[in-house]
Amino acid sequence: MEQKYTQPLSTVQSGASVKLASIAAGRGLNSRLASMGLVPNTVITVVNNGHPGPFIISVKGSRMMLGRGMAQKIMVCPCDHEEHHSRLSGQSE
Amino acid sequence: MKNITVALAGNPNSGKTTIFNFLTGARQHVGNYPGVTVEKKEGICKYDDVEMTLVDLPGTYSLTAFSVEELVARNFIIRKRPDVVVDIVDASNIERNLYLATQLIEMNVPLVLAFNMSDVAQQKGLVFNIEQMSQLLEAPIVPMIGNKGKGKKELLDAVVKTVRREPTLRKHRINYGEEIEHELSALVTLIVDKEQELTGQYGARWLAVKLLEQDDDVTEKVRDREILNAVRRSVDHLKSIFGDEPEVVMADRRYGFISGACQETIKMTVESRHNYSDMIDAIVINRILGLPIFLILMYLVFFLTFKIGAYPMGWLEMFFEWASRAIAHSWPADSAVWLKSLLIDGVIGGVGGVLVFLPNILLLFMAIALLEDTGYMARAAFIMDRIMHKIGLHGKSFIPMLIGFGCSVPAIMATRILENRRSRLTTIMVIPLMSCGARLTIYALMIPAFFAPRWHGPMMWFIYLIGIALAIICIKILRLTLLQGETIPFVMELPPYRVPTLKSVAIHMWQRGWMYLRKAGTIILVISVLLWLASSYPKPSEETLANLDDEQARQTVLEHSVIGRLGRAIEPAIKPLGFDWKIGTALIGATAAKEVFVSQLAIVYAVGSSDGGTTTLRERLRANYTPLTGFCIMLFCLIYAPCVATVAMTKQETHSWRWAFFQFFALTALAYLLTLIVYQLGNAVA
Repeated sequence: MEQKYTQPLSTVQSGASVKLASIAAGRGLNSRLASMGLVPNTVITVVNNGHPGPFIISVKGSRMMLGRGMAQKIMVCPCDHEEHHSRLSGQSE
Repeated sequence: MKNITVALAGNPNSGKTTIFNFLTGARQHVGNYPGVTVEKKEGICKYDDVEMTLVDLPGTYSLTAFSVEELVARNFIIRKRPDVVVDIVDASNIERNLYLATQLIEMNVPLVLAFNMSDVAQQKGLVFNIEQMSQLLEAPIVPMIGNKGKGKKELLDAVVKTVRREPTLRKHRINYGEEIEHELSALVTLIVDKEQELTGQYGARWLAVKLLEQDDDVTEKVRDREILNAVRRSVDHLKSIFGDEPEVVMADRRYGFISGACQETIKMTVESRHNYSDMIDAIVINRILGLPIFLILMYLVFFLTFKIGAYPMGWLEMFFEWASRAIAHSWPADSAVWLKSLLIDGVIGGVGGVLVFLPNILLLFMAIALLEDTGYMARAAFIMDRIMHKIGLHGKSFIPMLIGFGCSVPAIMATRILENRRSRLTTIMVIPLMSCGARLTIYALMIPAFFAPRWHGPMMWFIYLIGIALAIICIKILRLTLLQGETIPFVMELPPYRVPTLKSVAIHMWQRGWMYLRKAGTIILVISVLLWLASSYPKPSEETLANLDDEQARQTVLEHSVIGRLGRAIEPAIKPLGFDWKIGTALIGATAAKEVFVSQLAIVYAVGSSDGGTTTLRERLRANYTPLTGFCIMLFCLIYAPCVATVAMTKQETHSWRWAFFQFFALTALAYLLTLIVYQLGNAVA
């Protein structure tokens, strides 16, 4: 796995798409997030980085809300355009 | 007639419950899985010559051992071996929803996939090649539109066919890639060799997969040290290769399998248009508007439950009054007076005491069903989470606690919206600290009796505030002691907004109402009758009562009864709180229902309830007690022993008398301690 530079999801602007690199959380949470679709290399679109409002992302076609603490634990890296974008995610814009 | 068991599995928000309701109608049985606070719904559905017992498993994203719900669903499938598992898949959100299907495929269960919300998927422009997909996943697929009841017949057809078909071995399986497969096959060999019994029960490959995922439940079951050591080595090895926990890599591979299957079988025809849910959310969870909208909706819920609910409640009360009067009038004079009293005061009083809550419960659950079915509940949880999280609870806990200001009974029932067991128990334990409507009648009696009019408002506010503050402290303490565990960080799916169906709301109301009557109702009834007995027996002799007027006679009877004697007996214990035996008697009587405190006090002071009874009672209280005692009475009533209906409800919802007794005694102890401190300090200062 090539390591590009990573940043916390919380710093990503609304509307941007990024790729999940890793999650710095306990095993239980990691596995829960994985079952909700948050696995490495998944494309995440930040629907709303609301400063200080809700943090909403789109993953595999479903909307998810995260607490800000959670968004800080998820490390992401820039997404090579088109390459990984899921055809089925069904997002607006 | 053939009997089969069908389990319904699916993600939260996949429309599983809607389909369950459509298949079973109102013929449902709601219970709990043994030993855990997870709801178990069963229903019967007949099709052809087959009678199906449908079991609605908890909505889960996966089948790990990390949450009680997932473990419950998994154990049900393994232990009860349902004839068919139907996985309800939200077709408009196919990849994420199929993740659970991959786990079911791995468990090698007879599987039927219901592609629910196929209309929404179509609107999104997804076109499925059902036949091809069904071949890849090796399970029949039935497109459905659950909220319109479409696809019901086809689904039942597929279920019956699956039961009748010879079990076959799967051709495809999820491939975890060379490195993991290598470890898996080594483990499988070991497991087949050393753990025959487990292999028979679970299947060697599934066991191997779960062991590599470091699943606690499965790891505990394996006795053989050699296997456990091999697992540890494999896990370390895989970690060093992938730089991540094996279970994360394995989850990734499952998604890879899904994505492969979808790529071949799903076409996108149109680019999706506007997302209405996002547009609504822009307003509803807006950082400025979100909280006011939430508070307005909560006010409406409260208004509906208690203000609108007051009308049917009034009718019920009128009916019961009419019934007791009818019995009293037609009763032959002087014959079996005890039976008349048992019927009127014991039975009708008891049944009435059970039924008066029913309108509240029905209306509350209608409101909750609407909030849940529209998708607003998830937003509400989010809005409150910031505040509730600080005290160690989930955002959704706010709703039952708010309902607690009306009545603890529906409030405890409303904790069912909380998925996490620990959050749920903690919330149930502190709900009685929210001053309910019955306690309001006590405050309404005491405050004007002891305090100047300009203090009435602030005093009332102060009492409510004490309850809230205590609740927060108790939550903190519970989370640090009995109900430890990390608060689950907030991650939640935001389901798209949907229009709720009448049928699903109606079924929801009916289920809750019936469950309340059947479970809590019986306990409340029995305890109410017992308390009535304790307050009327033993009777004083006829001569004692002969020369007394009505009010004095009632006073004498109560003093003579078990409750009156108990009140006297506990006087030494409550003296340090500034209470005498009269208050003691009323306090014991009030465990039947808190508002009874007022009527019992009226009886011990021999004040008639007619013409200005309350005013006279207030005068008597003022003459006998200091304002400090008055305040201590309110403080004690706020905290001490929840009423029998609450105890019954806690028992039903936690599924243990232990929690119910713990709540009862812990709150009483807390009430005693606090009142003692306040009274003694207050006296010392004065």
